[in-house]
Amino acid sequence: MKRESRTRSVGRAVVRKEGREKVTGAARYVDDVRMRGMLHGRTIRSEIACGELRGVRLEFDRAGFTIADHRDIPGRNVVSLIADDQPCLVEREIRHAEEAVVLLAHEDRERLLAARVELDCRTGTAVFDPLISTRSFKDVRIEKGDVERGFAEADLVVEGEYRTGHQEHAYIEPNGVIAVPENGGVVVFGSMQCPYYVHKALTTLLGLPAAKVRVVQTETGGGFGGKEEYPSMIAGHATILALKAKRPVKIVYDRAEDMAATTKRHPSVVRHRTGVRRDGSLTAQRIEVVLDGGAYTTLSPVVLSRAAIHAGGPYRCDHVLIEGRAMFTNTVPNGAFRGFGAPQTQFAGEVQMERIAEALGMDPVELREINALRPGDSTATGQVMRDDCSALDVLRAGVKRSDFRKKRRDWKGTSRGIGLSLFFHGAGFTGAGEVKLASRAALELTETGVRILTGTTEMGQGQRTTHAQIVADAMGIPYDRVEVAPVDTARVPDSGPTVASRTCMIVGGILMECAREMKAKLGKLSPRAYLQKHGPLVVEKQYRHPEDIVWDDVNYKGDAYGTYGWGCEVAEIEVDPDTYEVRPLKLTAVVEIGKAIHPVLAAGQVEGGAAQGVGYALFEDCAVRDGRVANHTLTNYIIPTSVDTPPIDTVILERPYRHGPFGAKGIGELPLDGAAPAIVNALRHTGRDLRAIPATPERIMEAT
Amino acid sequence: MKFTLNGKKVDVKAHPMARLLDVLREECGLTGTKEGCGEGECGACTVLVDGKPVVSCLVPFAQVRGAKVRTIEGVQDPLQKAFVTEGGAQCGICTPGMIMASLHLKSDAPPEEVRAALAGNLCRCTGYTAIYRSIRKRR
Repeated sequence: MKRESRTRSVGRAVVRKEGREKVTGAARYVDDVRMRGMLHGRTIRSEIACGELRGVRLEFDRAGFTIADHRDIPGRNVVSLIADDQPCLVEREIRHAEEAVVLLAHEDRERLLAARVELDCRTGTAVFDPLISTRSFKDVRIEKGDVERGFAEADLVVEGEYRTGHQEHAYIEPNGVIAVPENGGVVVFGSMQCPYYVHKALTTLLGLPAAKVRVVQTETGGGFGGKEEYPSMIAGHATILALKAKRPVKIVYDRAEDMAATTKRHPSVVRHRTGVRRDGSLTAQRIEVVLDGGAYTTLSPVVLSRAAIHAGGPYRCDHVLIEGRAMFTNTVPNGAFRGFGAPQTQFAGEVQMERIAEALGMDPVELREINALRPGDSTATGQVMRDDCSALDVLRAGVKRSDFRKKRRDWKGTSRGIGLSLFFHGAGFTGAGEVKLASRAALELTETGVRILTGTTEMGQGQRTTHAQIVADAMGIPYDRVEVAPVDTARVPDSGPTVASRTCMIVGGILMECAREMKAKLGKLSPRAYLQKHGPLVVEKQYRHPEDIVWDDVNYKGDAYGTYGWGCEVAEIEVDPDTYEVRPLKLTAVVEIGKAIHPVLAAGQVEGGAAQGVGYALFEDCAVRDGRVANHTLTNYIIPTSVDTPPIDTVILERPYRHGPFGAKGIGELPLDGAAPAIVNALRHTGRDLRAIPATPERIMEAT
Repeated sequence: MKFTLNGKKVDVKAHPMARLLDVLREECGLTGTKEGCGEGECGACTVLVDGKPVVSCLVPFAQVRGAKVRTIEGVQDPLQKAFVTEGGAQCGICTPGMIMASLHLKSDAPPEEVRAALAGNLCRCTGYTAIYRSIRKRR
């Protein structure tokens, strides 16, 4: 027994693999790396939201400069992702105001920044409103039952329109890379979530074989989706300059450029029409989701999918029609951001539920209890819930833990309010995504244990630790015998992107299979003895899709995700009656995540995600003028400080997912989904009808 | 220009109006001090000058003449271990600045004092909760 407890690490707060360097200043982020002969790169941008490039005038002494434009691209001028519609450098057409046109590099940053470049452009007519735009990147339709029949069965119909704005990732380390010419190709070091996305984009851009491009992740100072697709762009720019200069080129954005030019969360307009009986049961949900995609496709089709699938919320309803579209506008392309469409639609859905409860004169908890998904119920796509459906559990735990009912009674008519949200989040890629990815991961035998080889990245969430815990326990070896290889595409397999709450659950699952096979191959031999007898050993496995997860991508029917995490967040707030500022007093977050592999790291995901949700709800407001973010600094784009962030009381429930490693589900995105609706519902409790976020003092004043 | 850096007397040549942040990172090779915004909002570049936390992106080098400057590289404190075990460090980019801003706080400081003391240091990962835990668990 004693021996077993020593070798078990899952579920315990073991010493993290990624801690020490970060607290001593030794961790090397991309801007900490300097190379001999290195130049600094700079990007000249379009500055107009729509038009045509006619000419470029370089008004500086060119001595020591490397200057590049689209003609210097040896392969295809695209940032390869889903649609390959976005150029790396403008040729003629300009679709938004932050498009890269010309690249400059120089070893002296002062001279680089002083260089003047004038663009000669013809201005076109820009479209900024996604509701007016006629160009759609993707349409989604989810239909269940007969929505008109559902409305016929209703005693009451409630309608509403809800809006959410852009959200900036505001990772504290801006985007940055260094490109180094190497052996007729390039090696790129950088801050990123998805090295193999960058690898694919660079081989396309350069027209080079895979072996000529190497991508190495440096320590990454936060991602949240903002380093999912954008690093492919900046890596392309640095590479074009480096290959032309035949020298290393570093591009690290300053805060202003990062906030102006990189992707944001998609703004949304969501319209609900809900049919409900007097007893509170939902009879029909008709939901229209419009996302502002920005000027290029990026990831909008898949963000829209997730947005639409989550739009009905964690509720059962027999008659559902959800229609979504992601629209073109002449703004900076929107892209991945923690939650990936689900925070937008679940904000709308949870405020709608609150309004339905009001229309019925029903307690908001009771309305949710009546309709919450239970095992055996089905979602809008017809996915039948299994035993790990925990909507009711998280709701009841959240209500009890926060003393919701008493505060709801006691605070009525005061400047204090309490509100809640019930939400879910599909873990892993949507639909057939994981099958298409066919991710791989590997274990390599070392003298003392094993080394993990994955292409997924550490960016604060602690993947090196959780992966090592899973491998250690699956092999039955001590946790400290498991090493994790640095992420370098020349060394590690493509484990898919580090996104979608999939790293622990999906990639951890592949590693678990590797560990079992490794254990079987070792038999009774120690690693050292095996190596001496048989030589090196690497076990690599590819994702195997469980046969009981079935998805129809054409009709949007079936198992949209292998499983879901479940959450209930309760927000307690106080509104200043004079300034309309909201002071969040407390947030209670109850989540069900299958299994907390590392309890401290899991709590960290919940607390951090909830805090980003507080910012989304109250402070984070991108002022977009003529298609550009006007407040692109941390002085006037406000993210929560320690004073703005309330104490967060986290409760983790565990209902194992049958295909997750040790039962684990995804966790990273779930906590962000619930904070904004809980806060806006707390504002409703103070008598303010808000339908849009951020709930700035101006908006609250209008609603008072 | 002479000053004391992490307990050692040093003489560093740099423009008097250069940002202390750049002098530390580029002339002194101490890259543990990070730049998050360059405008004194995020606190990632926090160092101690004569024992007081300052944002080094807003301090001209000339101002530290003869002063005692302390960066994360000059810190050996139980607080660092607590940031690892309690989850106060996630991505780690705000961590050096956060630790420099927290060093003067006692482990039993009232929550409101801790929140106020860290209000100039942005963290996007933790929601600050684990940072407070780290400070409380400093041994």
